[in-house]
Amino acid sequence: MSNAIESAKLPATISTPARRKGLSLRAREELIAYLLISPWIIGFLVFTLGALVFSLIISFYNTDLMSPSKFIGLDNYKEMLFDDELFWQALKVTTLYTLGVVPVQVGLGLAVALLLNQKVRGLGVWRTVFYVPSVVSGVAVAMIWIWFFHPDFGLFNAILASFGIKGPSWLYSETWALPSLIITSIWNIGPGMLIFLAGLQSIPKEMYEAAQLDGATAWRQFTHITIPMLSPQILFNSIIGIIGSYQVFTTSFVMTEGGPNNATLTMVLYLYRRGFLLARFGYASALAWVLFLIIMVFTLFTLRSSRSSVFYGG
Amino acid sequence: MSILASLDREADQAVRTHNWFLLIWRIFLYVALFGGGFLFMLPALWMLTTAFKTMAEAQSFPPVWLPTKFELSNFTQPFVDLPFGQFYYNTLFLTFSNLIGVLLSCTPVAYAFARLQFRGREQLFILVLATMMLPDQSTLIPLYIFFSKLHWVNSYLPLIVPRFFATDAFIIFLMRQFFRTIPTDLDDACKIDGGGPITILLRIILPLSAPLMGVVLIFIFVGEWNAFFWPLIYLNTMEKYTISLGLQLFQSRYFVQMNTLMAMSLLSSLPTLILFFLAQRQFLKGIVLTGVNR
Repeated sequence: MSNAIESAKLPATISTPARRKGLSLRAREELIAYLLISPWIIGFLVFTLGALVFSLIISFYNTDLMSPSKFIGLDNYKEMLFDDELFWQALKVTTLYTLGVVPVQVGLGLAVALLLNQKVRGLGVWRTVFYVPSVVSGVAVAMIWIWFFHPDFGLFNAILASFGIKGPSWLYSETWALPSLIITSIWNIGPGMLIFLAGLQSIPKEMYEAAQLDGATAWRQFTHITIPMLSPQILFNSIIGIIGSYQVFTTSFVMTEGGPNNATLTMVLYLYRRGFLLARFGYASALAWVLFLIIMVFTLFTLRSSRSSVFYGG
Repeated sequence: MSILASLDREADQAVRTHNWFLLIWRIFLYVALFGGGFLFMLPALWMLTTAFKTMAEAQSFPPVWLPTKFELSNFTQPFVDLPFGQFYYNTLFLTFSNLIGVLLSCTPVAYAFARLQFRGREQLFILVLATMMLPDQSTLIPLYIFFSKLHWVNSYLPLIVPRFFATDAFIIFLMRQFFRTIPTDLDDACKIDGGGPITILLRIILPLSAPLMGVVLIFIFVGEWNAFFWPLIYLNTMEKYTISLGLQLFQSRYFVQMNTLMAMSLLSSLPTLILFFLAQRQFLKGIVLTGVNR
């Protein structure tokens, strides 16, 4: 082992053609590979796997980091499932948010990508235009939208007023606060759109030419070539979207602080409150595990239900 | 009609050949582009114009779109009231430290997964993919306890150190996908000259990876510059704050001064906006080449 570590310090001498004593080229390559991935191995063991296991352990404890921790078994989970209305509220809010945001984001991202895949002038400018909302900081975006939604002098109510409609109080209304956050988030289609664009550009032109020879209409080309060929990207964007939406935090933290009356309390915001404002770290860990399981179930469900409709290859 | 028709060549041709269907399609395309583009730029445009408005203009109803005179004090006031310069410096420091950390640690890992043969490669790579699915929050509490035991809370160490251990699974994934597309013929030539894997990485792979690095640079820079959740957890005192935290603090203090808030938002978004405009072409080319889609 010490020998392995000795020779693992190779990099400085690697450019010399001499073969190290007793090591074949293959073995040497393997050794270097392990050396190269060693930061990841350490990082994974400490910051991912270790942390996950530790997180599971503390979820069985009652701990505030100040007084001694106390083992309480499954009590945190029991409290969450049977005794904590806010947990169910957060789960409901986050699920509604995900259902509102992901399909629209994927659909809109696809629509814009299709538009930009046409022969149009100034493609670079257009791509930038649609990507810009994704580059601006989440806090800045939230502040812009706070003012768009302002009940008295915001843009939306001004537009509604010009039609003689008295607009709702948006972020201050229990009914409208969550839809307002959903509308805000829909603007962030940039990354998904780029993935669709890349996908569109990798569809072989010959497929469309062949379809045209067979007299297929533009619509049939779209439903029979474009959509099946893009199905891996649709799946990828949906899954990334679900994972991201269940972790939404900044928008609700800055725009509504979870209010009014917890109408926009998301899972991560609730976890943050429990862990860092109320110092219930065990309970927060239990929440994190439940969040993790929900995301996994959703992801697996999406993967499974897409199995028959996603087309790889071509 | 003539304005629309002159919009592009294909439409011109459509008019000449009386291909009305094609003409209507082109008109529809540009209406959709301009309409959609306007809607998507609206928040950014609003931020830009409001940043120069006076208080009265910013709060008038119905809203005024363009400021009548440029109120430049919007941009200076926050530097007087809050240490905004310090926030800027902190964010730059964090962003660049993390950029270095991620590039130094993830590049060799991705290279090994993409180009070297070793036992357990596929199994370990599945673990990399699995971490991509893991929500950040599942390791939040234990890491916070860990770092508070090390007395690292309210320092930048918890935000920087993990990045030097290749914890960015998505970046590793992106890099590996790209490295796999580089032909191996060059490697063989290098091996004949006695070069080992590290020589190949430095002399062949990296010089060919400019488009990849463009993508990675933008992803990390934008992500780090705008980071909010982790700095919020770990940084407690104002002089350590990043721009995002500063903006949020500012918002809770100066809630009614929309013009100043927008000026600050604009200032805080400028670095990422400029970087994106400059690297836009390279970035989009890189996205296609790295094959995020596979």
